Amino acid sequence: MWLGKTTMPGLLKINSTLRVTEKIIEGLLWLSALITILVTIGIIWVLLSESIGFFKEVSIVEFLTEKEWTPLFANKKFGIMPLVAGTLLTTLIAIAVALPIGLTIAIYLNEYAHARMKQIVKPMLEVLATIPTVVYGFFALTVVTPFLQQFIPGLAGFNALSAGIVMGIMIIPMISSLSEDAISSVPRSLREAAYGMGSTRLQTSFGVMVPAASSGIIVSVILAISRAVGETMIVAVAAGQQPRLTMNPLVPIETITTYIVQVSMGDVPQGSLEYKTIFAAGITLFVFTFALNNLSFWIKKKYQEKYD
Amino acid sequence: MSKKHNKLEAKNLNAYYGDFHALKNINIAMDEKNVTAFIGPSGCGKSTFLRTLNRMNDYIEGFRVEGDILLDGRDIYAKDVRVDELRKEVGMVFQKPNPFPKSIFENVVYGLKIQGIKKKSILEEAAEQSLRQAALWEEVKDKLDKSALALSGGQQQRLCIARALAISPSVLLMDEPASALDPISTAKIEELIYELKNDYTIVIVTHNMQQAGRVSDYTAFFYMGELVEYNKTKSMFTSPKNERTQNYITGRFG
Repeated sequence: MWLGKTTMPGLLKINSTLRVTEKIIEGLLWLSALITILVTIGIIWVLLSESIGFFKEVSIVEFLTEKEWTPLFANKKFGIMPLVAGTLLTTLIAIAVALPIGLTIAIYLNEYAHARMKQIVKPMLEVLATIPTVVYGFFALTVVTPFLQQFIPGLAGFNALSAGIVMGIMIIPMISSLSEDAISSVPRSLREAAYGMGSTRLQTSFGVMVPAASSGIIVSVILAISRAVGETMIVAVAAGQQPRLTMNPLVPIETITTYIVQVSMGDVPQGSLEYKTIFAAGITLFVFTFALNNLSFWIKKKYQEKYD
Repeated sequence: MSKKHNKLEAKNLNAYYGDFHALKNINIAMDEKNVTAFIGPSGCGKSTFLRTLNRMNDYIEGFRVEGDILLDGRDIYAKDVRVDELRKEVGMVFQKPNPFPKSIFENVVYGLKIQGIKKKSILEEAAEQSLRQAALWEEVKDKLDKSALALSGGQQQRLCIARALAISPSVLLMDEPASALDPISTAKIEELIYELKNDYTIVIVTHNMQQAGRVSDYTAFFYMGELVEYNKTKSMFTSPKNERTQNYITGRFG
């Protein structure tokens, strides 16, 4: 006890400065978390309040059923479906390109490639994700479209096909990387079981590894879809900016994102109905990506670690 | 009793993980329709050797083998041997039960399906026969379409044995098949091994000396990558020739 008496005051001092520093850091961390949440709430609030203004003038029924989207013309029509169709069409094409290629790469890296090969290929693929999307857009417009026109005579200069294909190339690393992680987290014992039964590498990959990793693969696809739905520059540059209710990939279309860019860059007066349309389009987009992200979160939670 | 022929034979076998010399000049011949047990302390090379017998080590980078392993007189490391075909002849059961996340039925017929057999009647018959052989049929016959992952550990392991038997191999390799199981399940597996040796050549790696004594006809003792002693199990456990074997089986180290 008597020893404590001489040392206690010094210790207390150190302790209290430590505690104050600790508190400050905790406060800073809390603040950064709070800012993120506030910004999100702010965005949703702006979206909601501005689109409520829009829906006071245009009924939701018209918004969802009208087949044309011409808010900037004299004869105004407010049907979101042409923009939704354009978004879905380009997304569909992108996934049709990215899923088979991405999954093949994931399987190759996991089952066939040597460790050295994997170390080289994986970072190279991730370079694809660092290319600015506007560059991809011009690649679609000036390289892919002229190339495709040699085979498809009816292909318009601006079209959903090239934009979708190039968007697919852009999201390949997303699918390959996340799927590869999912496949390599399948327990090694399962792979050994398959090999031990006389499976070839191909049979092991498709019969055992891919099904066992399916939840992770599905999540990677959903995140890729969500990325494609939100993609703006590629479609703005290469797909045409003409709202059209069609599933024909050869003609110009417009996506939700492109419309928002088009209006934001134009001279639409703030507060007008035309101005409010971008928030209505924005909230539609938000509903899509929000639903997709939640779906992937739910799948991950539900199917993860079904076996150890 | 007629003389049994050499089913599996290793001649001057050396194996390496990179620079590590894991198996040193192994020479051994195993008779058909016998149970051979590999014993020895952890890291002695017994599992490595077991896994060279169906080339499961092929996928480990830096692993290489010198010398010969003969299955019915044929070198399994020869260039013209297809490793997937080899494994249909030499089945394997692993330490931890590793059923596929599929139904019980799909697990048993997996090996047949990948060989292209699709006919339902054939698959059903093979499934029943293999499950009976693995002494699991009575327990699962009413729930073949249920997930294999819902079975107990012991049942899962017998399912893995049934799965291996379904493709009718002639050799069955077992890598500590009961080490993750409770005593009752272990007893069932041992009983099963005793039944199966009528039709199969069985090689089993075990840490459990009593188990080796109970189930095997021959025992091989490995130490530091060498095959120290190989003899009839009875002789080995009553009068080991090598001092290290004696020290190990009497529990002085290991």
